[in-house]
Amino acid sequence: MAPHPLIDYVNAARERGISSEEIVQSLVGAGWHTHDIMGIMLDHATKTQSEELGINHDLVGSENIITIRNASKSYGKDIKALDNVDLVVKRGSITALLGPNGAGKTTLIRLMTTLLVPDTGTVIVAGHDAGRDPKALRKSIGLAGQYAAVDESLTGRENLILVGRLYHMSAKAATDRAEELLVKFDLTDAADRLTKTYSGGMRRRLDLAASLVAKPIVLFLDEPTTGLDPRSRFMLWQTIRELVEQGTTVLLTTQYMEEADQLAHYIFVIDHGHIIAEGTGDELKRRVGGDILELRTLEHDSARHIAEVISKYGLDDPRIDEATGTVTMSVDGGASILVSVVRDLDAEGLNILDIILRRPSLDDVFMKLTGHGAIESEDNN
Amino acid sequence: MNQTLSDILVMTKRNLTKYKRIPQLLVFSTIQPVMFLLLFTYVFGGAIKTGTTNYIFYLLPGILVQTVLFGAMQTGIGLVDDVSKGMIERFRSLPMARSAVLAGRTISDMIRNVFVIFLMVAVGYIIGFRIEHGWFNFMGAVLIMLAFGFAFSWVSATIGLAVKTPETAQVAGLIWVFPLAFGSSIFVPIESMSKGIRVFAEHNPITYVVDTVRGLLLGTPIGNNLWYSLIWITAIMIVFVPLAINRYRKIS
Repeated sequence: MAPHPLIDYVNAARERGISSEEIVQSLVGAGWHTHDIMGIMLDHATKTQSEELGINHDLVGSENIITIRNASKSYGKDIKALDNVDLVVKRGSITALLGPNGAGKTTLIRLMTTLLVPDTGTVIVAGHDAGRDPKALRKSIGLAGQYAAVDESLTGRENLILVGRLYHMSAKAATDRAEELLVKFDLTDAADRLTKTYSGGMRRRLDLAASLVAKPIVLFLDEPTTGLDPRSRFMLWQTIRELVEQGTTVLLTTQYMEEADQLAHYIFVIDHGHIIAEGTGDELKRRVGGDILELRTLEHDSARHIAEVISKYGLDDPRIDEATGTVTMSVDGGASILVSVVRDLDAEGLNILDIILRRPSLDDVFMKLTGHGAIESEDNN
Repeated sequence: MNQTLSDILVMTKRNLTKYKRIPQLLVFSTIQPVMFLLLFTYVFGGAIKTGTTNYIFYLLPGILVQTVLFGAMQTGIGLVDDVSKGMIERFRSLPMARSAVLAGRTISDMIRNVFVIFLMVAVGYIIGFRIEHGWFNFMGAVLIMLAFGFAFSWVSATIGLAVKTPETAQVAGLIWVFPLAFGSSIFVPIESMSKGIRVFAEHNPITYVVDTVRGLLLGTPIGNNLWYSLIWITAIMIVFVPLAINRYRKIS
């Protein structure tokens, strides 16, 4: 990376014997955000500079913005929410934690946002160790939790100013930033109304705006699109992509395969407190291999019989979804297989409603990796 | 330290905005004590021998303390409300002082008490109460009550953070507030109580506070009541401030 003019300024000031803390203060006074300064330092700082600013120097210039090593967390004696999790997130990426309810996604987010302390292991976000310097870590992040956290007896504008003030912005800076975000999130008309009059979508937007007040280096979104209509979901995806273009790293959790596939550059698949797979959407799909043959039965009872008949064409054993009467199987060899399958089923006198050959989805990946669909383990929660 | 103060101030202002938006909330919190005031003055008062010429003079200081005590329950309810709406989670993810959420809540509840006390005294004036021993004494009584209410706010915060819903916080609050309020000198002189209850009432912190406030407002002897009140207030804070903060840290 090219040296940044700020670094020259910092070096010059240091030569005059000014401490790093004072330098940061004067930069803030000149209108810089602490987060911008930290971000630039993370790219360029020398060993002494990073030590004085409480940044882990190994991470300077590194492209890893989040590093988790051997993190475990149990609730009580029996419930192991996370078991020895390792995870690295690249700077400037959209990374998704994908898994069913109760898989451990939220627990992982809570470790990275200092809301929970792990039983073992280390969590480093934006150069700050969650255990050693949680407050510095919190300065660098924004969090939008599963439920829109808005104060109902305040207006939308007041909610944003409140958050700004709690990030220790001046009254004026907080007010200006609130206005900026209200415009960005299309809330100007409702800005001075109490938020208890807001619709669900508006609350979500305000909540997301609140998580962006301090221009975080890393933004955490816990199931950001749960409960949103398709249009709002699409708009939120756009917003997330824009943020990442501007240099923010976004880590989000989702139960939707499609969402992870569409939005994320990199995906961690989580189940029962373990990371069971990771990679890009395409890489994960490739792990399934071949194409997916999907048959829908006319009568659900015949699914098992159909599975037996077609199994000889598969790369693996056919999987039966009893609830929908669907049989799926990985196959190789393209469309010619369709002909053979239909002929064999006809010979056995088995009727089917529908037969398709398609590229594997992340649902298939999940099925392949865990032996159960993503929805099935929901009742574990 | 400066930032901690600023955080506390911001949180206090945030909590008080609610009362600015819905002033009825302040009025509502005085309805119950006003009912107690009227009920005891006009229904039970005639049967209670207090030694004062007019029962309202005996009762009002007690009702003021009771109002502050019941008001302390709001601290816990307000906190659970913030927990259940996800506000606490947001606050905990911000680089603000961790003590500011609790301090902001207890301080704003204390400021609310100032309004409520003055409202109650105004109602007392309508039905015959008068401040006869000077504003200096009156202000002293107000200060003692505010300190007492502040201390109990921390008890309430500890309970509030231990339960899951505002409704549970309400019930969990009443369980300890009721026996404390009625086993004290709020409504009747403790000499008239049966022996077991009397022993409880004599050592009840509320009795000390009520008798101190009564002494200041009516000119009756205060004795050691002021000192015992201050000791209780300090002791409650020493135990419950750390307990509440510890609970807050462990919310998950």
